[in-house]
Amino acid sequence: MENSVKIVTEKLNLYYGNFQALKEVNLEVCSGKVTALIGPSGCGKSTFLRSLNRLNDLIDSVRVEGEVRIDGENIYDKSCDVVRLRKKVGMVFQKANPFPKSIYENVAYGPRIHGVRDKKVLDRIVEKSLREAALWEEVKDNLSRSALRLSGGQQQRLCIARVLAVEPEVVLMDEPTSALDPIATQKIEDLIRALKQKFTIVIVTHNMQQAARVSDITAFFLNGEIVEVGNTGLLFTQPVDQRTEDYITGKFG
Amino acid sequence: MREKIVTKDPGEGIFPHVTAMAAILIILLSGSIFFVVLSGAMPALKKFKLSFIFSTIWDPVLDIYGAAPAIYGTAVSSFLALLIAAPLGVGTAIFLTELAPGWLRKPVSYMVELLAAVPSVVFGLWGLLVLAPWLRKGVGLFLDEKFGFIPLFRGPFLGVGMLTGTLVLTIMILPTVTAISREVMLTVPLDQREGMFALGATRWEVIRKVILPGSKVGIVGALLLGLGRAMGEAMAVTMVIGNTFIISPSLLSPAQTLSSLIVSEFPEAYGMQLSALMLLGLILFAITLAINIIALIMVNRSAARLKAGKELVPVQISMPYGEGALVLVKKKNLSKME
Repeated sequence: MENSVKIVTEKLNLYYGNFQALKEVNLEVCSGKVTALIGPSGCGKSTFLRSLNRLNDLIDSVRVEGEVRIDGENIYDKSCDVVRLRKKVGMVFQKANPFPKSIYENVAYGPRIHGVRDKKVLDRIVEKSLREAALWEEVKDNLSRSALRLSGGQQQRLCIARVLAVEPEVVLMDEPTSALDPIATQKIEDLIRALKQKFTIVIVTHNMQQAARVSDITAFFLNGEIVEVGNTGLLFTQPVDQRTEDYITGKFG
Repeated sequence: MREKIVTKDPGEGIFPHVTAMAAILIILLSGSIFFVVLSGAMPALKKFKLSFIFSTIWDPVLDIYGAAPAIYGTAVSSFLALLIAAPLGVGTAIFLTELAPGWLRKPVSYMVELLAAVPSVVFGLWGLLVLAPWLRKGVGLFLDEKFGFIPLFRGPFLGVGMLTGTLVLTIMILPTVTAISREVMLTVPLDQREGMFALGATRWEVIRKVILPGSKVGIVGALLLGLGRAMGEAMAVTMVIGNTFIISPSLLSPAQTLSSLIVSEFPEAYGMQLSALMLLGLILFAITLAINIIALIMVNRSAARLKAGKELVPVQISMPYGEGALVLVKKKNLSKME
């Protein structure tokens, strides 16, 4: 997979009522790479992530200006089909949110709502997605078990499998390991590194070590603005901006 | 100077007793209401026994009483009202929680609850002075002329009757059904909605597969509370149902309900007739109490189950007419409730 530009945001402004949460955000996200968004709480990184699949639309007071182009198409165009957008741009949340159904049904959910009826096809998609999410070996004998009985880490990988089942091109992850223990976290991080071959991944994280471990590009957000973007290795060793340095050395945040 | 810590504030000792007395008073009051109705109903209960429920005769001259037409009228008017109010109320609740633009949600929700605050006699007046004449000249006349051959629509229609009573009841229970359904739908966790939307689900799919299944039990509870309210409603129904002691299959025919019979005859009743009215009250009391208890259990259960995930889960269900409930459920008990 060539490293072409997948997502471009141009002068993206986002307001919650009168509060401006994103200010003139310009960012390019390349396919085949993991892009990490770091920054202190309330800096707008999650808001930015949620503007990439228009999940902010669900909040009434939100107003968006500027453009987000995915493969050259502006997703804030009036004629953008939000359903297709979200199929193309999947999302994993901070808290694992499996549906109160079986493991199988959770993974088959997306394909079903997008019209896959054939049981054999569904079986294949479920197995493939669970394998991709590195969960297959642990659950293959128990697909009819309730998803709520899985451990936290397994639930999160199930949510990743659920997203992969609709065959997205971009996967957004909003602090996917913040509720997990170190071992479960490591499994998810291994998974992220494996998945970047096939998917464009944007991950929000509070954990700078995690950003350093899994990402290729890191963007540092502060007060709704991008302070600095760069190669992860460089950004953590030789930050250009003083504020970035202060943040990564733990002086605030 | 050392602060003395072993002292007793007298108010601290009295206050719990005062509040406890207020609470006990309420229990005593409801107990004594039940006792008065029961003892008042005793003579009629002894004389007519089970036949009271099945008999269609209500004759103050011969002092023979039966309740069948009133029970029939209560059942039919309430269930028909619920049948119309259910899709309207649940539909409105879906619109208000999922579809309406933000600026519209609050005002419409308030208006729905305001509808619940209109005194029932005002609904009765409106039913009698506006709805009844309109139905008589319009819908009633049309139904009688075109479909009069069906017993359900046999006239003549005087404006007051089962149809008018049912429609007034529908409007009266609509706020109950809508407001509670809305509350229950709001308890469906946000992460479930977002999870669905993020997979590319449409609004309709989220409503059908997350919102409705998640609030099913609570909606049934809301409907039952509406039913209980319809059955207990007296004043407005008395004004528009025609107060005729018959069992007729026709919606256009005047009818009678348990509560309307009590309202219209109580002022002049004495002796056995009074006791028979008390017995009607006892029957109504038992039915509505049972329905309300079942409904409250279902509403609370639904709300508690959906809030799973926290250690202690406070769940406030507010309802018009103050039939609210606050339940605090331990997380480990939630699984038992499922």
